Amino acid sequence: MTRTLGLVPAIVLATALFGGAAGAQTIKIGVNEPLTGAFAASGTYVVNGARIAADEINAKGGILGKKIELVIEDNKSNPTEAAAVAEKLITSDKVPVLMGAWGSSLTLAVMPKLMEYETPMVVETSSSGKITTTGNPFIFRISPPSAVEAAAFKGIVDKLALKKVDFLVINNDWGRGTAEDFSKMMKDKGITIGLVETMDQGAQDMSAQLSKIKSSDSETVIVTTAVDQLTLIFKQAAALGLKKRIITTGGSQNPDQIIAQAGAAANGTMHLTTFLPWFPDKTPNPEATNYFITEWKKRGFEFAGCTESFRGYDGIRTAAAAIEKAGKAEPAAIKAALWNINIKGLNGDIVFRKSGPEGKESGQSQPNVYLIEINDGKVEMKTI
Amino acid sequence: MSEFLQHLINMLVLGGTYALLGIGLTLIFGIMNVVNFTHGVLYTFGAYIMFIVVQQLGLNFFLALPVAVLAGWLLGAAIELTLLRPLRGSDIDTTMLVMIGAWIAMQSGTLWIWGGVAKSVTTPFPEAPLVLGPVSVSWLRLFVLAAAAMLILVTYLLINKTSLGRAMRATFQDHDTASLMGVNVDMIYTSTFAIGSSLAAAAGALLGPVYVIFPQMGDLAAVKAFAIVILGGLGNITGAVIGGFILALAEELGAGYVSSGYRDAMGFLIIIAVLIFKPTGLFARAERVG
Repeated sequence: MTRTLGLVPAIVLATALFGGAAGAQTIKIGVNEPLTGAFAASGTYVVNGARIAADEINAKGGILGKKIELVIEDNKSNPTEAAAVAEKLITSDKVPVLMGAWGSSLTLAVMPKLMEYETPMVVETSSSGKITTTGNPFIFRISPPSAVEAAAFKGIVDKLALKKVDFLVINNDWGRGTAEDFSKMMKDKGITIGLVETMDQGAQDMSAQLSKIKSSDSETVIVTTAVDQLTLIFKQAAALGLKKRIITTGGSQNPDQIIAQAGAAANGTMHLTTFLPWFPDKTPNPEATNYFITEWKKRGFEFAGCTESFRGYDGIRTAAAAIEKAGKAEPAAIKAALWNINIKGLNGDIVFRKSGPEGKESGQSQPNVYLIEINDGKVEMKTI
Repeated sequence: MSEFLQHLINMLVLGGTYALLGIGLTLIFGIMNVVNFTHGVLYTFGAYIMFIVVQQLGLNFFLALPVAVLAGWLLGAAIELTLLRPLRGSDIDTTMLVMIGAWIAMQSGTLWIWGGVAKSVTTPFPEAPLVLGPVSVSWLRLFVLAAAAMLILVTYLLINKTSLGRAMRATFQDHDTASLMGVNVDMIYTSTFAIGSSLAAAAGALLGPVYVIFPQMGDLAAVKAFAIVILGGLGNITGAVIGGFILALAEELGAGYVSSGYRDAMGFLIIIAVLIFKPTGLFARAERVG
């Protein structure tokens, strides 16, 4: 019996040693995404997209002769958790680069940790302007900040004949930042800004806000939040008989899910999005887009998730390209290499330009932004 | 004016379900004196039962409701038998800690089984709302209001007009005397907890299809249920019903006319006011002290 007990620690030790040795054969990339909580749907899509990129790279032999390994952690849609997860990934898993953290408030909470441990992070979804303007040189963002979305939207404002606009935004850095950037652009265009209503990220009942918007004299509502809350808003707006034009921003709408869940209520709504899985030929990189969509479907995921999951795919490819260029999996080298990569993303070339205060600039890529409209349950592209 | 009317309609629909949440908890927290942290999970559980029965098994929506209520009853009875019965007589802190543990374990369980991504349930009600002049309301929500009202009425009658209800009230007033009068005290504890739990599951089953279903959906619901119970006075069913409607009214008008960013704060501002000025709750009967 004593001998058997003595064996147990030996086996544990051997496993740990073997596991450690196996670990050194891979290059780790930390993934910090919301897999539970208010943004669970979006975070899960992004992680599934990231897995496709990792499998694709590994099937082609990996990078620097090693396979890449995604270390995926759930930040629970909670900024405090997002910072803790970043710390765990960097200090315990020793990842040299991260991708995350979906939401602007989540990313902003992670940013001081990146400074502390001098580890770069590819930001795949967040759109608050603050992320790339506060002077964090470890941030490399591939998603458009809301000011870029607003600028892209500017072109179509006259065609839509907007006069007065209300906002209904999620009450965090993302929503409030969007309301600010879009209001500024619209005021320059002579459009009146009416109500600016907010909702908590976990809120399920927006009837009060929507009733207020229903009674206002604006003709259009700009809505910014993620897909779970959006479908509730479309259903509740329909139940209240709200007849205004709804335009959503942020690229986390998953329009097909809105069509499926909101039905006729989705007709006539417009969405600012950053990927066109419905029209692969119109994307900047049709070949890669087709590969990605085929792979996504092959894995049995819902097509609706494509508009989010591509961010994870592009994010991991960006991190992998930087590791390859750096020639070693070390944070400082990867950070330097991120400035020199040029890869064909599913939504345009990923090339980082300097953004923010001089000397400690963040990297910001310039992705495309598209406007789509849902008509008769189908997605149509509008030219901006 | 039409906006105000719409807010009032919204308040009625929301208040009905808040009342349902409140009466379930007032039975357990107010009458049994158990700080029931599993109330929110039972709410979530009811919603997931709807998801299983309607979406996964493809059975009738109206059949799923009683199934959810029954499942909530059974889970509640199981919690009482396995966790609370061995702890009877121990201090309130111990019970509270065990209930917090049960809450975390059960929530993690739902996460483990169904994952974190929200689910939705299709209902047999038409998408087009019922329009009454300047206001409109969805058929599903009207049904939820009617079902909630019916459940509240049944609970009220059960507690106040049946011998089981009389035994329940007697047991929690004086456990020893009730026992001496021939009341099966153990059975009363289990059935009270089970009834309270089934009401939480019923609220989840009714509201799950209105919103979306995810493992943490019960957290905010539980906090609101505690607020309603405190507002209405511990153990007071009528108080919990009125408390539910007051909370809904505060949220609607607060979001509509003050600031939507503080919608969920409105209810709690009222609670703070109640605790300062009338700590026994708005509808507590005068009690003899000592």
